[in-house]
Amino acid sequence: MFYVIKRILATIPVMVVVALFVFCIIRLGPGDPASVIAGDYATAEDIQEIRIKLGLADPIPVQMGKWFVQLASGDLGKSYHSNMQVTKLISQRLEPTLLLAATTIILTILVAVPLGTLAAYKAGSWVDKFVMVFSVAGFSIPVFVLGYILVYIFAMELRWLPVQGYRSPFDDSFLQFVKHITMPAVTLSVIYIALISRMTRASVVEVLNEDYVRTARAKGQSEFKILLRHALPNAAVPIVTVLGISIALMIGGVVVTESVYNIPGLGRLVLDAVLSRDYGVIQGLILFFSFIYIFINLLIDLSYTLIDPRIRY
Amino acid sequence: MADTSALTLKEDPSIFKIIYGNKGLMTGLVILAVLTLIALFGPIFTESPTSINPMIRIKPPSADMWFGTDPLGRDIFARSIWGGRISLSVGVAVAVVAVGFGLVLGLLAGYIRVLDAIIMRVMDGLMAIPGILLAIALISLTGATLFTVIVAITIPEIPRVVRLVRSVVLTVREEAYVEAAIAAGTKLPSIMIRHILPNTIAPLIVQATYVCASAMLTESILGFLGAGIPPEIPSWGNIMSEGRTYFQLCPWIIFFPGVALGVTVMSVNIVGDGLRDTLDPRIAKKM
Amino acid sequence: MVLKIENLTVKLPKGADREFAIEDVSLNVDKGEIVCVVGESGSGKSVTAFTIMGLIPRKELTPTAGKILLEGEDLLTKDNAEMRKFRGSRIGMIFQEPMTALNPVMKVGKQIEELLTIHTKHNEQERKKIILEAMDAVKLPDPSKIFNTYPHQLSGGQRQRIMIAMALVLEPNLLIADEPTTALDVTTQAEVLALVKEIQRIKGMGVLFITHDFGVVADIADRVVVMQNGLVVEEGSRDKILHSPEHPYTQMLINSVPSLDPPDRSMENVQDTKVVQMSSVHKTYGSLGIFGRGRTVKAVQDVSLDLHGGELVGIVGESGSGKSTLARCLVRLIDPTDGGIMINGKDISTLSRSHLRPQRNEFQIVFQDPYRSLNPRRTIEQSLIEGPMNFGMGRTEAVAKAREVLEIVGISPDAMGRFPHQFSGGQRQRICIARAVVMEPKLIVADEAVSALDVSVQRQVLDLFLDIRQRFGMAMLFITHDLRVAAQVCDRVVVMQHGKVVEQGKTTDVYNNPQHPYTKELLAAAPGRDVKFNQL
Repeated sequence: MFYVIKRILATIPVMVVVALFVFCIIRLGPGDPASVIAGDYATAEDIQEIRIKLGLADPIPVQMGKWFVQLASGDLGKSYHSNMQVTKLISQRLEPTLLLAATTIILTILVAVPLGTLAAYKAGSWVDKFVMVFSVAGFSIPVFVLGYILVYIFAMELRWLPVQGYRSPFDDSFLQFVKHITMPAVTLSVIYIALISRMTRASVVEVLNEDYVRTARAKGQSEFKILLRHALPNAAVPIVTVLGISIALMIGGVVVTESVYNIPGLGRLVLDAVLSRDYGVIQGLILFFSFIYIFINLLIDLSYTLIDPRIRY
Repeated sequence: MADTSALTLKEDPSIFKIIYGNKGLMTGLVILAVLTLIALFGPIFTESPTSINPMIRIKPPSADMWFGTDPLGRDIFARSIWGGRISLSVGVAVAVVAVGFGLVLGLLAGYIRVLDAIIMRVMDGLMAIPGILLAIALISLTGATLFTVIVAITIPEIPRVVRLVRSVVLTVREEAYVEAAIAAGTKLPSIMIRHILPNTIAPLIVQATYVCASAMLTESILGFLGAGIPPEIPSWGNIMSEGRTYFQLCPWIIFFPGVALGVTVMSVNIVGDGLRDTLDPRIAKKM
Repeated sequence: MVLKIENLTVKLPKGADREFAIEDVSLNVDKGEIVCVVGESGSGKSVTAFTIMGLIPRKELTPTAGKILLEGEDLLTKDNAEMRKFRGSRIGMIFQEPMTALNPVMKVGKQIEELLTIHTKHNEQERKKIILEAMDAVKLPDPSKIFNTYPHQLSGGQRQRIMIAMALVLEPNLLIADEPTTALDVTTQAEVLALVKEIQRIKGMGVLFITHDFGVVADIADRVVVMQNGLVVEEGSRDKILHSPEHPYTQMLINSVPSLDPPDRSMENVQDTKVVQMSSVHKTYGSLGIFGRGRTVKAVQDVSLDLHGGELVGIVGESGSGKSTLARCLVRLIDPTDGGIMINGKDISTLSRSHLRPQRNEFQIVFQDPYRSLNPRRTIEQSLIEGPMNFGMGRTEAVAKAREVLEIVGISPDAMGRFPHQFSGGQRQRICIARAVVMEPKLIVADEAVSALDVSVQRQVLDLFLDIRQRFGMAMLFITHDLRVAAQVCDRVVVMQHGKVVEQGKTTDVYNNPQHPYTKELLAAAPGRDVKFNQL
């Protein structure tokens, strides 16, 4: 329990660093948000006016102070264009992204862990080689290229699935949701499957060389149960760790996938903000995603104590 | 049984033999070499990638135009070959810069306790920011040029290198031979150069290939999203970005550069895996 | 006859340094007898054991000839599914390292239970009852509590008892023990050996006991099989092998085992000058955390110790006694928390790094693991001249010096351009000694410097240390867990327990007339006490 509190407190410095970073990028970078917003034909007075409106005219320490006070109260700022709260914008767009991410993670775990374990067990065989080749290929193909290839095959040629769009399982039928989410989830999960199956393989291969696996064999245990009861539980920590770290990777993938399939989620929000140069939204979203990343990795860290009884902080 | 009677001399196979013996590594190196040659010299033999010819708009791939043309009548083959130049240059540049910075910061963090805390907190923070978002934000603020794109892709890659170098330093400094060097009165800089730095080289070469592959992917994604290198430069990402609108009409605009990019990134990844397995099996675990 | 191995040959993969791992090995284990297979590393003793269990990687090691008859059935003809029925139920096995041999994330009770679920149809209650009985039989305290613990919560001895309980819960007729006490402290080793022997007497099974330690052989064996380079060179009863070995290799091995009786010492090497004066040295690890909850470990407490020039002092103790920590404090690889360390009249305990460096040629250290104490990327020459050149010696002079010292430690100076991996473990340890000697130190600390070596090589390296001491007259501090080694080389011994010195004195006095109860316990636990081995 003490550890839990300590670990939660330990995320604060990381969040502060992230916030500082975002602050610096926006305020101290070579570009001036105000002049960018004002456009090419703005006068100096126009720009100054925007500055004052956005609070960019204050001295830097004052801005920083305001920034932290604002963040601490859970306020991620406002859109420079529509003046809407970023938190409000996020809540409007959260559902598709959340469901896409959840489907992807479930799909990844269901495919990658058995695949990686099999490859490790059959290390050196053609199964192993196939998994490894698949994993290198999965790493190497850009998400959007894969997305378009899938669209071409399954939507345009075979006409099995819709080309793009999103249907909410709450407003629309569940079947429609599944039809629309399948391709985006597969697209997004390929790189993830590649990563996790590779990690699973490496971790299980290592564990299979451990003495306690030999002990299990000396007991007469079957190979399947050795994998299930001895190898996987011991291989879990690195796998779960990579799962957490690659959340950052997935967030990038979400932006691209939502753009390919025209899903009105957070990824699209990011892209729209970038194209309209809405720095208020951009910084709010970066902070939001970073905090999500920190939060998930906090949960994963805490889960170690459940996975491995030796880990006591 | 005197163990001094004879010196058993084990011959080491040369590094070239080892590389030659690894089929995957050889395949990757050959593909990569071919791609590099094409990127370097290909543009001499092809059409201009930017010349517009309304007479040949939206032509599917044919014997004349291998990769087809786009709605402006530009030759996708010529554009794709140009794109290879951009992609490989970005990949190599990012790898070199990220490894350089990562090495210095990693060594400092691994050996100086005060700096360790500061550097690693900053790296933790950097790692928490999704790389593509960070790059997008940096580029949209500074304006997109080849240089800013490279910088923006490099920054999110640095933390992984720092962590790798730091972990190598922390492991190696516990080795008995390093302690023996300390006991022999060797100064810290010499210990770093003689005993610790050489151990970082193999993992860093491997890491550099992975960074290179990842940078090429990021570059293409940025281009595809319209947030990368200026659109008039025919990078693979930019070509594909333009192809989005016409995807149902002429899918080859996305298909060919996409495959080219996939093959390039894959060959770099294969080289990375091969190097990892041949240079030192022990480092495989750390990646 | 429980186990009968006939002409077993196991082939090594291509490119190995010999063709066969074991060749034409025949041995028997009868009901109710303990057969020790003894040999040095690379003798093939472990391969023999694992081949019986069918636990060798078949791709690399292939049995090409012979039979393994377990109660008449040839195990080599069984496929994997059939072998699984034998493993655990008809052959039990215990391993060297009980920490790694147990699954760290599974409760120990469940790990024993696995055997019962695989091989029997007992229900849960019956299983639990059997497990608790088995735990009781290996003398684990409070079995129902230990049932629910994880391996890391138990001591080394308790873990090995769990392994034994596991191996014996289905009452197999054959128990294979692969160096089961090598990783344990000497007092724990004695308990485990006594336990194995006792259970074997009660249950009457046959035991195949793999070991490298003749002390253990003397304590536990009924019969002994000696192996060398994959061949059985001699076989016979315990008494015959220990007292009248016939094969020259067996004779050499037994002659290499240091005796527990310290020889009478002339002390002629010991000079009057005090080289080392340690006064109440403390080392505490860890610190109070920010929240005041940090744990501290008092690794070394209040140790005072003097060494004279030319004197060889041993520090003996079990793991966790603080002996290695003390050694590392002495050469300032770690900083002592408190206390003074005078070397050659200068207090080095609090010197800053830059002030310490000019003093470092006065004290050198030799580590335990010869495979890790030489930089694999640097030639022997580079490793040897590094120290002298740090102290201002020119390259040519340093190389000449290195050649000279290499000659003394018995390595041909012409091999100087080679890399560490081209040398054997014993040769590497000689090179490490040379690296210390080229510095012309006043003190050499040897931290378990012969522990990783085979007994025949160990003997030679011990001789080398004595020779070096005689030639150069430096003081030596010998850290060891091995009472036999300490008996043979040390002028004086210091016994440490839990970070404190419990007894010190002349070696002959301490060994022949121990005062402290812990020293008595240690000496009583040393395996093979009743057999006379050679004095150096």
